[in-house]
Amino acid sequence: MHKSLLIDPQKCTSCLQCEMACSFEHEGAFNPAKSRIKVFEFEHGARAIPYTCTQCDEAWCMHACPVEAITLDAATGAKVVHEETCVGCKVCTIACPFGTVNYNADTGKVVKCDLCGGDPQCAEACPTGAITYVDASWTGYERMRSWAERLDAGA
Amino acid sequence: MHHVIIGAGPAGVIAAETLRRSDAGARVTLLGDESERPYSRMAIPYLLAEDIAEAGTHLRHGEGHYEGHGIEVRKGRARSVNPAGNTLTLADGDTLSYDRLLVASGSHTVRPPIEGADLGRIENCWTLADARRIMAGTPRGSKVVLMGAGFIGCIILEALVARGVDLTVVELADRMLARMMDDSGGDMIKRWCEGKGVKVLTSTRVTALGEADGGIRLHLDGGAPSITADLVVCATGVAPNVDFLEGSGVEIDDGVLVDDRLRTNVDGIYAAGDVAQGPSFPTGAREVHAIQPTASEHGRIAARNMAGHDTPYRGSLSMNVLNTLGLVSSSFGVWMGLEGGDRAVASDPARFKYLRLEFDEDRIVGALAIGLTQHVGVIRGLVQTQVPLGAWKDVLLKDPHRVMDAYLDCTQASAA
Repeated sequence: MHKSLLIDPQKCTSCLQCEMACSFEHEGAFNPAKSRIKVFEFEHGARAIPYTCTQCDEAWCMHACPVEAITLDAATGAKVVHEETCVGCKVCTIACPFGTVNYNADTGKVVKCDLCGGDPQCAEACPTGAITYVDASWTGYERMRSWAERLDAGA
Repeated sequence: MHHVIIGAGPAGVIAAETLRRSDAGARVTLLGDESERPYSRMAIPYLLAEDIAEAGTHLRHGEGHYEGHGIEVRKGRARSVNPAGNTLTLADGDTLSYDRLLVASGSHTVRPPIEGADLGRIENCWTLADARRIMAGTPRGSKVVLMGAGFIGCIILEALVARGVDLTVVELADRMLARMMDDSGGDMIKRWCEGKGVKVLTSTRVTALGEADGGIRLHLDGGAPSITADLVVCATGVAPNVDFLEGSGVEIDDGVLVDDRLRTNVDGIYAAGDVAQGPSFPTGAREVHAIQPTASEHGRIAARNMAGHDTPYRGSLSMNVLNTLGLVSSSFGVWMGLEGGDRAVASDPARFKYLRLEFDEDRIVGALAIGLTQHVGVIRGLVQTQVPLGAWKDVLLKDPHRVMDAYLDCTQASAA
């Protein structure tokens, strides 16, 4: 059983430690704008939702890639972008119905969550347990699944 | 069981791989008519721009990928299909028998019916062979005219600029991207391109092409002076490859008509990708959506059904994303809107930002975006799932840029 990121928005205080940790892990700089997990605030910060890729089974991004630049990491279940193969066509950014693949104009490539190879730094950094890395059978996962099923193209 | 797939583009390759997984004992033959490893036409602009080498256009990179998956790749062009005998005749005269046939033959370029359209130094930009000729014929500083500023033309535009050519674009319609952008969006992209040194002539018809001093002269209508070019790239449209189906009884409209299992009207024959006209979002009408995500979905679902795993397809969504010299634009679904539906628009022409959402009651049915690169996929999610946005609709009518907030609140905010 793969593990997945379980997000509990009710525990999120919007401290942005996850964004800092993510951008440091992937970009080598504390720059929330470059984070692959994003905290969205509502009602002027009274409510916040951390949001990133669920590594869905459908893998819309991976299937839509025309040059096999997104592949499955068998160890973690993550769909991983290979920058050296990505041509920057951005088809995955519109194919992903969750909006969790983004284009980085600085590099001309797309970026998405890769679960940090199995040690997600966002979960590591979260001080309130709003982001945890748990067995994928947990209940939060079911909510993501039900959304994925609505989108399911068929198979 | 022998599955034969006509066409080695994305739809064909994904179908072949899916068949291999779904019908382990079957024989799978993938027929392609180009002398290349299966590759992606979408990657050609990046080859022209010299961002990648030819191998970077390949759909699969692993050495021996097809053999390793037990997929027989065969070079050949289909000439006719005989459903009564379950056979396919190839251009070289060979006959192949099939149990299930997938038509994934893609599309071909179409040039305007004008004098001189078949002269040398006028190239399509569709195949790897085309790309090699264009690269050889466009040294830095050469004068190039691009005919057609639709989606394909605009992708090539960026690549030609990257090659350092002196570029003029001639487009018959009154704006760039006439099928993907409205007036405001098309004008914004034109102004952006002009700002980057590209000459863009819209509402301009090329009436004839002729030889001129080792190059090509383009005669324009309306008394405009003619222009010359060292090389002309023609991106004036594509049409599905269906000639070989003549006499087969397979029903054809704009493309090969398929149902929600990607079946044609003829038993055992399926179709997928650019050639197929299948169910679409959000109207349900059968349409040709010649785009990569549709090819990928069609290929996978057609193969599941061919392998005997009944798998319905909910439909394709027309969508595109484009980078025009650094300006990213995208379109989704019924971006032109539905009769009686509401529209939300945010336009900032000075900063080249644009967002237009089209509603059916409180659901989004289409959208256009310029300058939006973050979380843009949620628009597909919203169109495809038809999530009712309730009170968020009024928020979006005032500020469409809050679409991500609306999406999150309507789909993710419920109890964890």
